[in-house]
Amino acid sequence: MSEVGEYIRDVVTGVKSLLKGMKVTGHYISHPSEIVTQQYPENRETLQMFDRFRGEVVLLHDENNEHKCTGCSACEIACPNGTIRIVSNQIVNEAGKKQKIIDTFVYNLAMCTFCNLCIKACPTDAIVMAQNFEHATFERTELVKILNRPGSKIMEGVEEKSTD
Amino acid sequence: MQDFSLLTRAIHDNLSSHLSPTLTQVTEMVIVAVCFLTFFALTGMIMVYVERKVCALFQQRLGPMRVGPWGLAQSFADFIKLLFKEPLMTRQADSFIFNLAPFIIIISSFMAIAVIPFAKGLQALDFDIGIFYVTAVSSIGVVSILLAGWSSSNKYSLIGAIRSGAQVLSYEISIGLSLLTIVMLSGTLQFSTIIQSQANGWWIFKGHLPVIFAFIIYVIAGTAETNRGPFDIAEAESELTAGFHTEYSGIKFSFFFLAEYINMFIISAIAATVFLGGWMPFHMGSWDAFNGIMDFIPPLAWFVLKVGGIMFLMMWFRWTFPRLRIDQLLTLEWKYLMPLSILNVVFTAFIVVSGWHF
Amino acid sequence: MKQTLYNWDEMMQSETTETVEAIEPSQSVETPEPLEPIEHSDPILKTQDYFINMGPQHPSTHGVLRLVLTLDGEIIKNVEPHIGYIHRSIEKMCESDSYRQIVHLTDRMDYLSCHINNEAVCLAVENALELEIPDRVVVIRTIIDELTRLASHQLWWGVMGMDLGAITSFLYGFRDREMITDIFEETCGARLTMNYNVPGGLMFDIHPNFQRKVKEFVQYFKKKLPEYDDLLSGNVIFLERTKGIGVLTKEDVISYGVSGPTARASGFACDVRKRHPYNAYDRVQFKEIVMTEGDTYARYRVRILEMWESLSIIEQLIDNIPEGEYCAKTKAVIKLPVGEFYQRVETARGDLGVYIVSDGKKSPYRMKFRSPGFSNLSALNHCAKGCKIADLVAIMSTFDLVLPDIDR
Repeated sequence: MSEVGEYIRDVVTGVKSLLKGMKVTGHYISHPSEIVTQQYPENRETLQMFDRFRGEVVLLHDENNEHKCTGCSACEIACPNGTIRIVSNQIVNEAGKKQKIIDTFVYNLAMCTFCNLCIKACPTDAIVMAQNFEHATFERTELVKILNRPGSKIMEGVEEKSTD
Repeated sequence: MQDFSLLTRAIHDNLSSHLSPTLTQVTEMVIVAVCFLTFFALTGMIMVYVERKVCALFQQRLGPMRVGPWGLAQSFADFIKLLFKEPLMTRQADSFIFNLAPFIIIISSFMAIAVIPFAKGLQALDFDIGIFYVTAVSSIGVVSILLAGWSSSNKYSLIGAIRSGAQVLSYEISIGLSLLTIVMLSGTLQFSTIIQSQANGWWIFKGHLPVIFAFIIYVIAGTAETNRGPFDIAEAESELTAGFHTEYSGIKFSFFFLAEYINMFIISAIAATVFLGGWMPFHMGSWDAFNGIMDFIPPLAWFVLKVGGIMFLMMWFRWTFPRLRIDQLLTLEWKYLMPLSILNVVFTAFIVVSGWHF
Repeated sequence: MKQTLYNWDEMMQSETTETVEAIEPSQSVETPEPLEPIEHSDPILKTQDYFINMGPQHPSTHGVLRLVLTLDGEIIKNVEPHIGYIHRSIEKMCESDSYRQIVHLTDRMDYLSCHINNEAVCLAVENALELEIPDRVVVIRTIIDELTRLASHQLWWGVMGMDLGAITSFLYGFRDREMITDIFEETCGARLTMNYNVPGGLMFDIHPNFQRKVKEFVQYFKKKLPEYDDLLSGNVIFLERTKGIGVLTKEDVISYGVSGPTARASGFACDVRKRHPYNAYDRVQFKEIVMTEGDTYARYRVRILEMWESLSIIEQLIDNIPEGEYCAKTKAVIKLPVGEFYQRVETARGDLGVYIVSDGKKSPYRMKFRSPGFSNLSALNHCAKGCKIADLVAIMSTFDLVLPDIDR
C-alpha cells in the first residue's frame, strides 16, 4: 500500500511543480507592461548611450577647426592592434622653432577592440571615445578613417609634453 | 442557431439541377478541396503568428512587430520567403522518398481534417466511425517522419525519426483509450451524434471524474502526438539540431512546419468536439437568460474559442517546460498514462453500466 | 610574491643550444586502425558503432566545440572533444605586447568573466612589481568580480534551460543579465569586453550612479532568483533530467583537475576566493558552496546558491567603498623583474591561473593561462559515458564551457 501512496504522492508533487512553473510564465503573459523589448531603430531619438560607452575614437575639434593633437604617437604605441597610425610633419613655426604637426591621423575602426588604452595614453586629451555605435558600412575601406579634419590645425598653447 | 447544412443543401440542389449526379459529386469535391486548402494555409499562417506572439508574451518580449501593424503580415512574409528558397537535398539522399515524405504528412492531416465538425452542418464527411477514422488517419503522419528521417542520409535525422516513431506509436494508445471513454458514454463513434449528445451539457461536466481524467490524458498525449512542447524530442533543437527535418529546406520544410500546426489544430479540435461539446454553446442548467445570450454567439465562434483555448494550453506547456528524455517519455506513457487510461476506461464502463452519468 | 623556481640564465642558454629533431613524416601521419564491428552472436545482426559529429556548428555545444560521439542507439559509448576551432594564440600574442596591452586580450578568453580574467593579469603584474594597491580599487574590483560572476551564472542558467528545451528560461536569464551589463556599461564603458582593470588599479573611477544602481539590482534580483527555482529547479521534468546524471566523484574531479562550481558539486572545496584569498575576499563573509552528489543537479544547485552568495558579498561591500585613488602610480612602461610569477583567481568557471615568465623586458618572455574550461572539458568523456544524447547536452551545460576560454 505504501508503494501506491508513494506513486500518488510522486504524481501530485510532480503536477504541483509543473503548475508552479506555469504560474511564472502565466504571470508574465498576463502582465504585458513588464515587457522588456526595446524597438531599436524606432527608438533612435530617445536612445541615450552612457557617457563612458566606447563607440569609436574621435579627435576633438573646436569651432575654429583646431585640435589638440601634437602628433606625439603615444596612442599609436599604446594601441595593441595597430589601429592608429599617425603621419606627422616637421615645420618651423612663426616663433622660428621646429614643431611637429600631424599630417593625417589614421584610425582603422575595423581593427579597433575599444580597449580605451589610447585615450588613457594621450597626454593632451586630444582623442576621446564617441558614443556612436552604428558602424556598419558596405565597404571595408570606409572603416579606415582620417580623424583630423581637412584644414585643421593644432590649438594654440598645446605643446608636446614628455609622456614617460 | 445557424445551420450550415441549409447552405450546403442549397449549393447541392443548385449544382444538381444543372449537372449530372457524377459531375455534381466531382464539383462538390473540388469545392471542398479548395476550401480546405485555403483553410489549411490560412490556419497555418495564423497559428504561426499566434504562437510567436504568445511565446513572446510568455518571455516578456514583443514578438514580430515589423511586417505590417503589430507584425500581422509576418507569417505571410515568411511563407513567401520559404516559397523562394532553394529546395536543397543531400547528395546521398533517397530522392524519391525524400520528396514524398512531406506530402504524406500533409495528406494525413488533410484527411483527418475532413471529419472535423466546425459548426452545425459544416463538416465535409460525417462518418459513423468518425473517431476511429481520425485516430487511424492521423497516425499515418509518423510514416512520413520515419521516411523523412531515413531518406535524408543524415544521422541526426535518423535518430529524430526513430525517436518520433517510438513516441507517436506509444501515445496513440493513450489517445485512443481516452477517446474511448466518451465513445462508451455517448454510445457512438460519429462526431455529429457525439455533439448532439452534449446538447444538455458537455461531457467534461456531466461525465464525472473519468472524463476529466480522460481529458487531461488526452491533452498530454495529444501534445506528444504532435511532437510539440515538452515532448519535442523528434526535433529536439539542442540535441539533434532539427531532428527529422534537418535536411529539408524551402517549401518542403514548410510542409512539415505547416503539418505540425495543423496537427495541433486537429488534436485540439477533436478534444473540443469530444470533451467540450464542439460547436455547442455553454449552457447553465436553468439560467434561461444566460443560455439565451450564449446561444446568440454563433457555433463557429464557439468552436474556434474552444480550440483556441486548448491550443493556448499546449503553447503554455511548450514555453514553460523543459524537454523530456526519450526513456522518460516512454516511461510516462507506459507506466503512468496507459495504466491510468485503462483504469479510467474500466471505471467509465462501470459508470455506463450503472447508468450514473447524466 | 617573486618566485624563482630555477635559474633563469641557465634555462635561456640550454634552450638555445638544444636542437629540434625533425619529425619523420611517416611518424606524424598515423592512420588509425579501422574500428572493428562489435562481436555479435547472431551473424545476421552485425552491428556497428554509430558516429556522430556534434559540432563545431551545433546549437548546444556553446561555441565551436566539436564532439565526436560514439553511439549505441541513444546511449553514448565515447565522447571525444576536438578543440582548436577558435584558437587565436593569445598566449603567443602576449609575448609581443606590453603588460597594459595584455590585459585587454584576456577579455577575449572567457568573455563571460572578462573582468576576473583582467584582474588575474593585473594582480600578477602588481604582485611582481610589489605595488601598493589602494583599498578603494580592491573593493571595487571585488564588487565587479561578483557582478561578473552573477552575470555569467545568469547566462548559464538561461542557456541550461534552453539546452533542456525550456526556451523561456533563456530570455529570463538574459533579462536579468541586462541590468548588470547596463551597470558595466555605465561604469566601465563596455558591456562585455570591459577592460576595466589596468595594472595598478582601474581605468576610471566608478560612475556616480554605480552604488545606487548596484543596490537597485540586488533588490531586484533577490525577487527574481526564487523565480528561477519555480521555473526550473523545482520542475519535475527538470529533476528527472538532472538528478543522478553524469556523476563525477571527488577522486575524478581531483584527478582531472576540474575546478570551480563543477568541482565543488562533487565535494572538492577548491574555491580560490576562500583558499587563497585575493582582493577583499578575506574580509567578507560568504559560504563556499560545496555539495557531495556530483551529479548534474548538484552542479546546477551550486551555481544557483553561488548567486545568493555573490549577492551577499556585493551587499556587504557596496556601502563600504573606501575613499581614495582609483589607480596606483605606475611607470609609463611597466617592466617586470626577471623571474616567474603566478596568480590564481576564481572565475565563474573555476580556477584561472596566470603564469608569467619575465626576462625583465617590457613584454613577458612567456605567458601561460591555466584556463578552467580546458580541464573541466577533459572530464566530459568520463562523465558522459553511458548516458543518453539528451543527458550529454545537460552535462555539457552544467560544465559551463566557454570555448574561447578553452582554445585561447
